Amino acid sequence: MAALSTGTAAGERETPAPRPSPLPPDLADATRDESTLRRFLHGLPGVDAVGLEQRAAALATRSIKKAAKLWAIDTAIGMVDLTTLEGADTPGKVRALAAKARRPDPARPEVPSVAAVCVYPDLVDTAVAELRGTGIGVASVATAFPSGRSGLRVKVADTELAVEAGASEVDMVIDRGAFLSGRYGRVFDEIVTIRRACRGAHLKVILETGELATYDNVRRASWLALLAGADFVKTSTGKVSPAATLPVTHVMLQAVRDWYDRTGTPRGVKPAGGIRTTKDAIRYLVAVHEVAGPRWLSPKLFRFGASSLLNDLLMQRRTQLSGHYSGPDYVAVD
Amino acid sequence: MTREQVWEYAPAPESRDVARLKPAYRMFVDGEFVDGTGEPLKTVNPATEEVLAEVGTASPADVDRAVRAARRAHDRMWGRMPGAERAKYLFRIARLVQERARELAVLETLDNGKPIRESRDVDVPLVAAHFFHHAGWADKLAYAGYGPDPRPLGVAGQVIPWNFPLLMAAWKIAPALACGNTVVLKPAETTPLSALVLAEICQQADLPPGVVNIVPGAGDVGAELVNHPGVNKVAFTGSTEVGKLIQRAVAGTGKKLTLELGGKAANVVFDDAPLDQAVEGIVNGIFFNQGHVCCAGSRLLVQESVADELLETLRRRVSTLRVGDPLDKNTDVGAINSAEQLARIRELAESGDAEGARRWTSPCPLPDKGFFFAPTVFSEVQQSMRIAREEIFGPVLAVLTFRTPDEAVAKANNTPYGLSAGIWTEKGSRILWMAQRLRAGVVWANTFNRFDPSAPFGGYRESGFGREGGRAGLEAYLDV
Repeated sequence: MAALSTGTAAGERETPAPRPSPLPPDLADATRDESTLRRFLHGLPGVDAVGLEQRAAALATRSIKKAAKLWAIDTAIGMVDLTTLEGADTPGKVRALAAKARRPDPARPEVPSVAAVCVYPDLVDTAVAELRGTGIGVASVATAFPSGRSGLRVKVADTELAVEAGASEVDMVIDRGAFLSGRYGRVFDEIVTIRRACRGAHLKVILETGELATYDNVRRASWLALLAGADFVKTSTGKVSPAATLPVTHVMLQAVRDWYDRTGTPRGVKPAGGIRTTKDAIRYLVAVHEVAGPRWLSPKLFRFGASSLLNDLLMQRRTQLSGHYSGPDYVAVD
Repeated sequence: MTREQVWEYAPAPESRDVARLKPAYRMFVDGEFVDGTGEPLKTVNPATEEVLAEVGTASPADVDRAVRAARRAHDRMWGRMPGAERAKYLFRIARLVQERARELAVLETLDNGKPIRESRDVDVPLVAAHFFHHAGWADKLAYAGYGPDPRPLGVAGQVIPWNFPLLMAAWKIAPALACGNTVVLKPAETTPLSALVLAEICQQADLPPGVVNIVPGAGDVGAELVNHPGVNKVAFTGSTEVGKLIQRAVAGTGKKLTLELGGKAANVVFDDAPLDQAVEGIVNGIFFNQGHVCCAGSRLLVQESVADELLETLRRRVSTLRVGDPLDKNTDVGAINSAEQLARIRELAESGDAEGARRWTSPCPLPDKGFFFAPTVFSEVQQSMRIAREEIFGPVLAVLTFRTPDEAVAKANNTPYGLSAGIWTEKGSRILWMAQRLRAGVVWANTFNRFDPSAPFGGYRESGFGREGGRAGLEAYLDV
């Protein structure tokens, strides 16, 4: 797939990451130029907000108990991208997080480790050193996170910094200004360029759905990101409210499912921001299960971007096994 | 992949003890529970086929006693009571319904077979909402547009079906009482329990004796009630066949009549529809309450250009419906209400096979016991087939296609019924254009099976006449 316009500066010298399979002709056609892309995105079926929210609310009433709940908790733990994205982050803080990621519950070694640790680019080397050989990914936000308001050169350099320091996953933000003003080609090119700069690192594309405002936009942005080669579509930076919501995640799950039906390639979804409790996490897993399908119940295709969620999962896990609540002092605070 | 596919939701059954099921239920006449002198009936849990309770039924003499009690209550007290006072009772009933919501939901699910998710989240909340709504009307009837001081009709004889036993009782009782009428209500033979608990609630609310009377029994009790000379108003919800009998019986008697009968609603999906939500709406339209819904969207009319895509998505979505124990909180589709109804659904589905439609059945597992029918979608259905013309009243969808809006209207209206219809398009002007042409009492746009006490509900042609709910619904219970 070629970038829509030329002159992608720094990104150009990178070798493109191999795509798993060529796009079917109709989708390849959609990315031919700016106008075909616009026509494709605006030709997607609309999303009816009332119906979507009703469906999301109905699925949220599923009652997950006993073995099903325990399975969900362990699965959710294994899907957490344990995140710290503060101005005050230090190597010490990242080391603490990495320790937690490796062994979330020291009293119960059978608890799975999390999927990845997610940090700013300058702290990637610390995380990489802490997590070497554990199989836990190191994700780095990039591209002038969280606003995305910078030039492409800076965004590429930001990405390269993370990748060179050893990040295995890159969480980029899209240019919401360009998207909202209808410059889809620019957003597309940027994703393609960053994808090249990733040099094989897993690419998650943050749509910042709280700024896209409508579900129609969320659907279009999801397809745009998938067409440009995103491995994952991610809801939010966590810096904008509203962050992840169930209805928005439904739209994105539906997009990856439709993508799979048309291309045969599964892509992932990552809701991030605002998911704090086990109950929330299970509602998301039910949506994954029933909207996208059982195949997506895997850290390869679904992640939670969260920090405090992990502790609640651990507390609920203990409660499930012991039959009583322990309390926040029995899990490690980071 | 093996690990991913084993997420089976553990059973999450609601406790049946919550229903406080009693071994025997009695009819409610003149403010008291009394033994009926009819032949008692046994009511069965359709999900397990076990007998839930024995219910006393009314003989002709009992019906007469109930009508007389209602007459006394109307003439001496309820009919002349100021609206603001009547409202207090209705508000009280509404609050008691909310307080006992869980009990009512579980009881309804046991007796009817509908999933607890629906009785808990739809039926019972709507019951309370109907009482609240009409309580608000009781002292404002002068402003309803029926004159400065509209008078009640007197005694209302009401006969309700088994698909929404408690909700239909609320739809009948709330407006009747708000307008100053008293009622004698006959619940359906297979689902009498929740109406009798509603009678308990009336007692709890100190409703004066005789204002509400509940007389369980089969069709003969209903006929007795409808034909009783002391009744001023007849309200019936049920089959078109029985509705016609009632209309004949009532003709020339001066009794006011409203009928809410069958339907064969068209759910029309255009190619510019929000397809994912349209699929949800189609599922909700036909599989809500196992399709035991008179306004069910039982005919899907889909534009040819999106038919294949929509059908594929629909089948995938329908495969995720969880069919089984109605008391399980994760069940989406419960039990068919009776063996008779199940036999009728099977017979009609077989006619679909015989007439050349293509049957697709959800691969969901079904319980060994009880009356269950897996969600079924017939494609390649033609207007001339029985499954496109007759009301199936079960989880069976007939899919037809159309090419132009005119063809959609022609096919949608090609039925003797006229209860409801659905339109799915992102184009506002087309919604209005369609709504003007569809012969249906209720037209939903980009949604289906949504109910609200402020929205009048009812049909025309062979789906009956009269409205329930909203300002328009008051007319049926006022002397105007």
